[in-house]
Amino acid sequence: MNQPFLRFLQAVRGAGVRVSVSESIDAFKTLDLIGYGDRQLLKDSLGLVLAKTEEEKLRFAECFELYFTRKDFAGAPSAQERQAADHEASGDSETPLGRMLLSGDQAGLATAMEAAANAAQVSEISFFTQTNIYARRIMESMGLEPLEAEIRRLRALGTPEAEATADALDRGRTYLGQQVREFMERQLAVYAQGKSQALRDDFLQNTRLSNLDRRDFQRMKVIVRAMAKRLATRHARIKRTARRGQLDVRRMIRHNMHHDGMMFRTAWKKRKIERPRVVAICDVSGSVAAVAQFLLLFLYSLNEVLSDIRSFAFSSSLIEVSEILERQGIEDAIAQILKDIGFGSTNYGRALADFKAGWIDKVDNKTTVIIIGDARGNYTDPRLDIMKSLYERAKRVIWLNPEYQSSWGSGDSDMLRYRPFCHLAAVCNSVRHLERCLTALLED
Amino acid sequence: MNDITQQKFGSIETVIDGLATAGYICSRQIGTAVYLAQQLQKPVLVEGPAGVGKTELAKATASYFGLPLIRMQCYEGLDEAKALYEWKYGKQLLYTQILKDKLGESLRDSDSLPAALERLRSLDDVFFSEQFLEARPLLKALQQPAGAVLLVDEVDKADQEFEAFLLEILSDFQVTIPEIGTITAGVPPIVFLTSNNTRDLGDALKRRCLHLHIGFPDGGLEERIIAIKVPGVAASLRRQIVALVQQMRTLDMRKLPSVSETIDWARVLLLLHAERLESEMVQETLNVLLKYEEDIEAVRNKIPGLVLQATRDAGAV
Repeated sequence: MNQPFLRFLQAVRGAGVRVSVSESIDAFKTLDLIGYGDRQLLKDSLGLVLAKTEEEKLRFAECFELYFTRKDFAGAPSAQERQAADHEASGDSETPLGRMLLSGDQAGLATAMEAAANAAQVSEISFFTQTNIYARRIMESMGLEPLEAEIRRLRALGTPEAEATADALDRGRTYLGQQVREFMERQLAVYAQGKSQALRDDFLQNTRLSNLDRRDFQRMKVIVRAMAKRLATRHARIKRTARRGQLDVRRMIRHNMHHDGMMFRTAWKKRKIERPRVVAICDVSGSVAAVAQFLLLFLYSLNEVLSDIRSFAFSSSLIEVSEILERQGIEDAIAQILKDIGFGSTNYGRALADFKAGWIDKVDNKTTVIIIGDARGNYTDPRLDIMKSLYERAKRVIWLNPEYQSSWGSGDSDMLRYRPFCHLAAVCNSVRHLERCLTALLED
Repeated sequence: MNDITQQKFGSIETVIDGLATAGYICSRQIGTAVYLAQQLQKPVLVEGPAGVGKTELAKATASYFGLPLIRMQCYEGLDEAKALYEWKYGKQLLYTQILKDKLGESLRDSDSLPAALERLRSLDDVFFSEQFLEARPLLKALQQPAGAVLLVDEVDKADQEFEAFLLEILSDFQVTIPEIGTITAGVPPIVFLTSNNTRDLGDALKRRCLHLHIGFPDGGLEERIIAIKVPGVAASLRRQIVALVQQMRTLDMRKLPSVSETIDWARVLLLLHAERLESEMVQETLNVLLKYEEDIEAVRNKIPGLVLQATRDAGAV
């Protein structure tokens, strides 16, 4: 089996390109066909076989460059230069590693290092802290100990000639150390990138939104979008259910051709079930300032998943933001909404009243209403009457609260008073939670 | 695949040159994809913005190899009766009516019901044979004796169920018809699937295909394409046209002009006997390049600057 190429496939996977077994087989076939002769051609061909989206193609290209770049020992001084530099050190070394170092045998050193790296299972590396230990292992398996023993012995001899050889070997050892460490850093880039990213992503998905760092926002965006996309693909198909009682004559005749036109099997007309109609109302006031950005991120991803959604945002008064979310990029949209209406003092009653005045007729028995917020209304009138009418009109009312259930109802939180008018009230403060809520919504 | 076709697939260079003789100038990557598709016998999934020549690639491939092009346009609601096969109901009914007497006759001399049944069974598959099978594009592609180029156009427009249904054809080049059995292609067709990314295709489908992404061509390639498609345009004007379109693609627009629009525009300019770009003429013919009112409005006042820049770029080449 072609080990280096297998490891390349592993590295490609690590870089976030999905490579299935059948695609690996294709890659091997392609390799047989194309060969290693033309680098660009190999890259193009493997790119066709392995990377299946534009984004994957970029990642693949990056990984290919990293993996198939070999700069090891490029700067090793050639034999002549070395001899010119220490002309008195013409003494030969007894160890194979020492001989290679003294003669500046680049190819030999590189081969030995690759073999040693194989033996040390470098492809298992996951963290940068492991670089040194792997480098040490590689050097040991290349024959570091005999080399050090030889240097000690030469020093013990004490003759000027032996001293010179020992010096040369010493320099060689330092040089080797540098090269191996550089090699390991490249290996780390090739293999560990995917693993540590996966670890970080996992962490981000489970962390409370209010505890997230600002710097993680970039990555969060990627995760939330990936989630939105996943949900969208899963629910892209429009479900059809049988409309019992109405025959589809054309299809029935076709189905029953086997029976020479005898109608044994019935075929019924089917009804398409469209994706849910959603009204989403998001709190962006000061009390949820820490999570407002992420709440809007949720809203944005909702907008991407669902085709029929109207979105609203409020602090004290409420505005419709569907247009902004629809037309602008995620960052601009969030910035604009926060600028327009964000960080005010919360007034749930006012917001509900605004909604009632402008849009209550958009809510009917097919609509799902999602309210995202902490229900902390600064002791203002919560307008439970409007909430009740929403509850009665809508198919479902879902309240997603970023606070834990234990703090619902504490202080100015009206959550416990709103809860009777929700079909579902759930804690939603991490990406995991959000995905669960959305899935429940879409699978309904 | 016969020897001549085999020869035409000799190497990537021959494929690229061959496609050029069929009127399709392609980058090395596209050539590689066509070559690999034939060598590995895998379908090619072609993605990219509208009008960069995804469909054209299949046509050119067919014309270069002298194979029939079988095209299937996908749309929502496409089902196997339209894609794969359909029984010729009318003919079946007609034949049963005509042959009624004949059947009665042949059954008459069997004295018991089991015997008549036995009799019938020996005749059974008469009405469900290939004679009564109406082949639709997919089946037709498998039946071509010399192989074919099968183009499944805009596969993203079809339902997800249909995508699953394509899998058998794409991986094994065979289809199963319940009444007859499995039909395997004598010569596997070269399959192109195109997609505009209106929805994400399933992983199962992608796994079975080579994935080719065609983007907008660079200036040099686009000039060669124009040269071959609209031969009447003078070289200097051609350079200016391409330089202008390339600049436009860097602007922020709803729909960027693609190669097909460049070709159309070059044709228009040729009809108008243009010798070089002038801002007035460009403004008047802008609707050939840009397909949205808002794009046209956004670009209109930038035209003089763009034309100046394009003339300068073209001059410098």
